[in-house]
Amino acid sequence: MSPRPGFVLETDRSTPPTLMWKGESFGLQKLPTGSRIIYAPEPFDALRDPEGAIRHALENPTGDSGPLSALLTSGMKLTICFDDISLPLPPMVAPDIRQMVIEAVLDQAASAGVEDVVLIAALALHRRMTESELRHALGDRVYDAFAPHGQLLQHDAEDPENLLFIGETAHGEEVEINKRAAESDLLIYVNINLVAMDGGHKSVATGLASYRSLRHHHNPKTMTHSKSFMHAPSSELHSANWRMGQLIKDAGIKIFQIETTLNTDTFPANFSFLQKREWEWTLKDRLSFAATSRALDLAPRKMARNIFHGIKAPHALRSVYAGEVEAVHEKILDDVWAQQGVSVEGQTDIVTMGLPYISPYNVNSILNPILVACLGLGYFFNMYRGKPVVREGGVAIMFHPTSPEFHPGHHPSYIDFFEQVLTQTTDPEVMHKEFEHAFATDPWYIHLYRTGHAYHGVHPFYMWYWCSHAMQHLGRVIIVGGDPKTVRRMGFHPASTLDDALEMAKDVVGPSPSLTHLHNPPLFMADVS
Amino acid sequence: MLDLLIVDIAATLRGRRFFITGGTGFLGTALIERILRSIPESEVVLLIRPGRRSTALDRAMKEIVRNDCFDRLRAELGDTFAEQMAARIRAVPGDVTQDCLGLGPDGIAEMAGCDTIIHSAAAVAFDSPLDQAIEINLLGPSRVADAVAAARVHAASLGVAGPRHMIAISTCYVASTFQGEAKEHLLGDHRFDVDVDWHQEVMSARRLRQDYEAQSRLSPTQDEFVVRATQELGSAGSHVIAIRAEKLRQEWIKDKLVTAGTTRSQALGWPDAYPYTKALGERALVENYGPNSKSPLPISIVRPSIIESALAEPAPGWIRGFRMAEPIIVSYARGLLKEFPGVPEGIVDVIPVDMVVADVIAVAAKGPEQDVAVYQIASGVRNPLRYGRLVELVEGWFTANPLYDDQGQPISVPAWNFPGRGRVQRQLKRATAGIDALEKVLGALPLRGERADIGAQLEERNVIAKRALGYVELYGAYTETDARYRIDRSLALYAEMTEESRATFALDPADIDWKHYVCDTHLPSVVKHARVRTSPGKPVMADRADRSRANVLSPDRQLAVFDLENTLMASNVVDTYAWLASRHLPLSARTAFVADLVRQGPQLLALDRRDRGDFLRSFYLKYQGARVDQIRSDSWQLFHEQLMLRSFPAGIARVREHRRLGHRTLLITGALDLIIEPLAPLFDDVICASLGENNGRLTGRMEYLPPIGEARANVLEDYAHEHGISLDETVAYADGTSDLAMLEAVGFPVAVNPESRLALIARKRGWLVEHWSRAEGGSSRLLPLGPFDTIRPGGAWRMTRSVR
Repeated sequence: MSPRPGFVLETDRSTPPTLMWKGESFGLQKLPTGSRIIYAPEPFDALRDPEGAIRHALENPTGDSGPLSALLTSGMKLTICFDDISLPLPPMVAPDIRQMVIEAVLDQAASAGVEDVVLIAALALHRRMTESELRHALGDRVYDAFAPHGQLLQHDAEDPENLLFIGETAHGEEVEINKRAAESDLLIYVNINLVAMDGGHKSVATGLASYRSLRHHHNPKTMTHSKSFMHAPSSELHSANWRMGQLIKDAGIKIFQIETTLNTDTFPANFSFLQKREWEWTLKDRLSFAATSRALDLAPRKMARNIFHGIKAPHALRSVYAGEVEAVHEKILDDVWAQQGVSVEGQTDIVTMGLPYISPYNVNSILNPILVACLGLGYFFNMYRGKPVVREGGVAIMFHPTSPEFHPGHHPSYIDFFEQVLTQTTDPEVMHKEFEHAFATDPWYIHLYRTGHAYHGVHPFYMWYWCSHAMQHLGRVIIVGGDPKTVRRMGFHPASTLDDALEMAKDVVGPSPSLTHLHNPPLFMADVS
Repeated sequence: MLDLLIVDIAATLRGRRFFITGGTGFLGTALIERILRSIPESEVVLLIRPGRRSTALDRAMKEIVRNDCFDRLRAELGDTFAEQMAARIRAVPGDVTQDCLGLGPDGIAEMAGCDTIIHSAAAVAFDSPLDQAIEINLLGPSRVADAVAAARVHAASLGVAGPRHMIAISTCYVASTFQGEAKEHLLGDHRFDVDVDWHQEVMSARRLRQDYEAQSRLSPTQDEFVVRATQELGSAGSHVIAIRAEKLRQEWIKDKLVTAGTTRSQALGWPDAYPYTKALGERALVENYGPNSKSPLPISIVRPSIIESALAEPAPGWIRGFRMAEPIIVSYARGLLKEFPGVPEGIVDVIPVDMVVADVIAVAAKGPEQDVAVYQIASGVRNPLRYGRLVELVEGWFTANPLYDDQGQPISVPAWNFPGRGRVQRQLKRATAGIDALEKVLGALPLRGERADIGAQLEERNVIAKRALGYVELYGAYTETDARYRIDRSLALYAEMTEESRATFALDPADIDWKHYVCDTHLPSVVKHARVRTSPGKPVMADRADRSRANVLSPDRQLAVFDLENTLMASNVVDTYAWLASRHLPLSARTAFVADLVRQGPQLLALDRRDRGDFLRSFYLKYQGARVDQIRSDSWQLFHEQLMLRSFPAGIARVREHRRLGHRTLLITGALDLIIEPLAPLFDDVICASLGENNGRLTGRMEYLPPIGEARANVLEDYAHEHGISLDETVAYADGTSDLAMLEAVGFPVAVNPESRLALIARKRGWLVEHWSRAEGGSSRLLPLGPFDTIRPGGAWRMTRSVR
């Protein structure tokens, strides 16, 4: 049976309550009659022979590129870069797609007699991965072969010794990337395209860049001009990365891009009800739901968090292309759209979303309040093409406890951002001007970023900028079940129930508003007409 | 009435020069201001004890002229105020407890140039030690008279007049608490007077001090101070404890002498040492310099009753210091004092300060008489204020104008029952005893942070309750007294004044409208001075904390020094050891490891409490044989994956805030250098412990004395000296009394999450207290073990040596 496409359900009196994520728990929520619920397409089937598909892609490149075997020569300097812990979500069951691709690449490199090989995790300003995370992404074999010899590195955006200034784009954007990668005879980038903004020139121009370079497109101006940043033609973020990518290419840096898409098979069997349509739940699904949600409500928060972060997604390889960056990316985007696209007719007054426990920036960590905002307003809101699901001046209602919890090891600058910046302003422009520089250049944050597992000092600002477009577009943001003090500090409105939230929303959008719920995850992209 | 002399006071006293003792007191300040304001061309010479760093004149200007008493005069004189004050006020250094006031030839010459000598210095506090009260109150007047006699001789040698009149301020209560009329007579004329030899009293009081001094230095008394200091301060180090024990010894002597004073006074029929010593002081003065003495002096005595805030001069309600009735009134308004003894129909003999001042000036204008003239100034006979009436007014006023508690809620005042003194005393004693006991228990518990603050609050209540008890003990007698102080002679002076002088120097208590005085003048002034909350809203405490935080973060500071454990992170040497030692232990050995550590727990804890240095010395032995490179690399993991999760973000942010402000930052800790290496970049400098190395392995023995306890203060001092930093401009953050020496050494101590003993100390001394906690989402594992990995086996180095 082929997977069914995504669709928009209009609720009536007989529609069962819908699954609503609330961070580290979930519940069933009855939506007003006449509401629309957008369901993601069902996960595509896995490729039968992923190894074969990978080998095929390497030997039959896309765009203006020779096959990998022809690019590898003995005595060359080869650098393989790969996406970090932020992808995919949740982390996939072993073997990780990166391991499969890298093993295939390394096999070919070995047979070509390439000896100078270095692997680099393309962190940008993300936290360094732990040993076990690296082992999970690359497999023990690769890890043990490279790590002990110092050939497995993590990109350090604050190491002047290992950064190379490439030049400036016509727009005056400075491009500075990892020196080893830039000076290699061949740079292979192994990517996972979970959402449409991933991949392409962004892989190298962002993943291997320094703060000096990133600040040119990670800022409020770019983000408010990306409508949305998930849709390349309308994304200023995309344009900036493409300009930089062009500069990198012109500088003679040879990139062999390998991009992959996974299907949206997000949850393992015992949680599979989470990605099913509620009226199709079997008795077993209902029982699982009841048992799980009850257990999660009773469990201490930390335990619930451990349970969720222990989930490994049964994601499977859906497609893989290799070769020239832009040509590869174009093909991959088609596949992402095929898997995730859902047609939606017209905008809505109110959009609701249940926010799950995970975002790209809190794998094995805590979804702190800033990341809550970013997940809802940065990611889910922007998962559209054409127009946002919600009309301008409309209301977003998100479900999440939004407690003022932070991981002190991973998000130290977030804590200070929450205490020192959000208490002063929630305006991205103002914080960009008045606070960003101090956080970005703070030696303590840099120390923690470089030696520990901390996100860069500037990262919370970026997460806030991610929300710029939504905050400008929306008339009000309401968080149901959110800690009132925390929610207010972020400039949002707390509500205890959906009914309360709807009453509050009516002050903004008027009586009898239309409502659309994003039934997310699995991920989908709304094609709003 | 034709022979009635009409006295114009201003004209009579014009151009006179007054010599005044006790100028910094309540009455003294009012008197000086009044003389300068109301008597043209008058001058004052003030006898003032020089301060440690200030001269007598500095003190006069700072403590007298700058008082709000002078606001009116300052306004009247405008720009010429400073100039006039400088010209009309002189100060001579001296002290009423020294022979001849400690005046040298210059001082005597200065006095010789004065016309009227007013002796207003007294030890009025209820808790003055007996010997001190004797020196000041009993011997003081005679010493002033000695100086006056010398000044007169000096003046005679120069052929000038010299002092013409000495006025000694005493108190109505010298008449003791007997019932009936107390006339303006010298003591000894009354049939009830006990014949006491004041010489003997002086000698005994001095002897008593010597005895207590000796006793306090002997075992077991001396030992007890050390025990109590240790209980209070914990393992703060022998030096700090010695300082505290010595202070306790001095307090003990003081207590003993206060009690001795009360005991002796009450045995002789006075309520406490103040009126008793004052009474004997009068007697001594008359014996030495009265008309029947060998060298009589022109002396008058003025006896006020209980002096309270001004009725009109210099401004209604003006008051200096927290005086007799005020603490009681405020305790009552705050709901702390539920009852105060007294009989409703009893008379509270209160007299506004301006009337006393007017009386003294009138006596000065009148001049001396043949005999020693006594003038009383009191309200009880002429215009009595009944105790019941006073209570009614106070109750009504505070009901209409309540004080507010910490939460901004109004406090309703209790209804007053006029209980007997014994009952109130018993109640208060019970209350303080209960608080004392609870405090002891709290002090012994290992409390921290906000919970420890409860103990500190309790202590504050205890202080207030104890103070109230003191007042009840002291003033209870005054409210129960039924003596009626005649003021006929003062009224006669008043009658002789010109109309104009009467307006300026009003002293007739009949003019007092008690309701107006209590409700519109006195209580508003008391409340203003008591610094209590009179409006709902933000708590005063928070303001205070904000203010001291702003001080701590002023750009003027030069150095901020931090302790590590429980100040910046919730970790300790045992935690870090457990993590590092288990890092490479196979799963099978972990249970035994934990069991072993837990078994040693009580021993370790006891040792830590006794002596931190010994504890570290024996605990660090556990590192013996550990590979240096492994500990170093594991420490980075320990830091990022464990210690960061136990850190206090607000504390870390504070360190960086200091750096941003340009302050130097220093970490002082007993933790090991290897382990805190990842933390070092947070600070400009780190001073910590270090273990010896041998063939790439740790010896387990410390290289040098670790910077803990008292040693921290020394290390800090050296550091500051080396960097040219002033300790007065240094901020120190620490969590326990073991850091007391360091906290005391700096200008800006901050108690972070203080354990109960430090919380108490911080509160008493008004130190900033910060409550920093782990981030929500941080780790709170009790005994964190290192992550288990199979990858790098064989690295375990744990030693099984146990604590000695």
